[in-house]
Amino acid sequence: MKNILKIVSFAGLVLSIVPPVLLFLGKLEMDPMKLWMGVGMVAWMVTAPFWINKSSQQSQ
Amino acid sequence: MSNRFFKKIVGGTNEFERTPVPEQSLKGSRSFLGMYAGEHTAGTEFVIGPLFVAHGVSAGDLVFGLLIGNLLAVLSWALITAPIATAKRMTLYYQLERIAGKNVVRWYNLVNALMFCFLAGSMIAVSATAVGIPFDLEMPTLADWFPRTAGWVVTVLLLGAVVTLVAIQGYSQVSKFANVMSPWMILIFFSAAIVGLSQLGVGSAESLVTVAREVIWNGVPLPGMSRFSVWHVIFFAWFCNMAMHIGMSDLTILRYAKSWTSGFAVFAGVYLGHFVAWIASGVLYAVFLQANSGSQEFAPGPIAYQTLGIAGAVCVVIAGWTTANPTIYRAGLALQGIFPKVATWKITAVVGGITSLAACFPALVMKLLDFVALYGLLLMPMGAVIFADFYFSEKMGFRSEGALSSKSDFSLPAFLSWVLTLVFCLGLNLFYGVEIFFLGLPGWFVAVAIFVILSKVKYPIAKSLAA
Repeated sequence: MKNILKIVSFAGLVLSIVPPVLLFLGKLEMDPMKLWMGVGMVAWMVTAPFWINKSSQQSQ
Repeated sequence: MSNRFFKKIVGGTNEFERTPVPEQSLKGSRSFLGMYAGEHTAGTEFVIGPLFVAHGVSAGDLVFGLLIGNLLAVLSWALITAPIATAKRMTLYYQLERIAGKNVVRWYNLVNALMFCFLAGSMIAVSATAVGIPFDLEMPTLADWFPRTAGWVVTVLLLGAVVTLVAIQGYSQVSKFANVMSPWMILIFFSAAIVGLSQLGVGSAESLVTVAREVIWNGVPLPGMSRFSVWHVIFFAWFCNMAMHIGMSDLTILRYAKSWTSGFAVFAGVYLGHFVAWIASGVLYAVFLQANSGSQEFAPGPIAYQTLGIAGAVCVVIAGWTTANPTIYRAGLALQGIFPKVATWKITAVVGGITSLAACFPALVMKLLDFVALYGLLLMPMGAVIFADFYFSEKMGFRSEGALSSKSDFSLPAFLSWVLTLVFCLGLNLFYGVEIFFLGLPGWFVAVAIFVILSKVKYPIAKSLAA
């Protein structure tokens, strides 16, 4: 389960940076870019809290 | 960032408040890399980058100034703060108490708490600019000192109440949340720069240079703003965290470092936050100015929303909130040092109230560069006192940790170093027109000199001991 959460979190980060790069390269329009970045934000916010702080506490 | 590590540092349950950090609690440089990267990519970055644009910094001055200024900041942390932190392994407050005495530390705490309140207030105002977007709130402009509308006041007060309520619950949950959001926020800053440059028509390295020079940082200040030179950029980048490095606040953090070389870990923070993020937020503002020609509006929320959509607006809210919250908490801790018998939640509530009222005034955002410089300047002399006590007490023939060694609660040399240095800086400003950004450097030397001279008089080493 934790691995799935990490994958979704990672996908969230990818969606936060790749759409702007695609916009820069002229492969994506502005509105879909904003939409995908919003999706990425939700993916990160919903999944990252379940593993980030836990792994840092375990590492103590 | 290691959450428990950070909680230990800023939390009230500090285990080593009056003892040196023991060997088994020391941390390697990696712990500091993450922590500094998160701490210096914050809500303030959404304001500082655009203010450089508004002050008409040229592109070359900005890049050169940030490279040099940030390098000087890293060196200040690594060569001035970290060696003392790892030699003494004490908090700033305890170290200061031993040198200056409890009564001087009380005044220091009061000034510190007030500065924290104003800083947190500016961050609540930044968040409010994003929260107000769906309500079509009229945003403040660069020239505003006072709130423009009742809607702004209501939004800020409501937001301040929420932030204060969360702060009353303690530091832990927000620390965890900030921990989670940090990697995402750093990426949003990178995205902001990429999208902004695309909107400004950058398609090649050549056009990047042209747009940077002629559109973003064209060297022309906005109406009513003074023009910043490369020296402003260098000194601001160097001294925007003056309270933390030469002011020695980060003794409290770096005392956990295994080696003084961990002080270099701060480069992750300053070059991500104070280089990439300032440039990125400057690009965002340039896009806003292009789209809204002649606009005097200065609101990070709408600026980020226009370019990045909902992700940009949410990033502004979170960046402002996660900066305001620990700052309110730290202000509460500083005040608790003065009123130790008052319950923590009551102090935090008072601090939150002051912060929320301060946040109503947009001047805190519009004058953030000046405020940050003032904040560092006010606290810096006490850092110089700690430096002088550590390095010069033996060489110059006075007793180290004067208050402790004389069993006093008040050290006149430390107090006068603080006050006279600030008087000296005020004099430079009033009579010679030296801007606030440049006062820290001469002020530091003056503070060291006053402390050494007065300590030699007040706490001389007895001749038999000196021999």
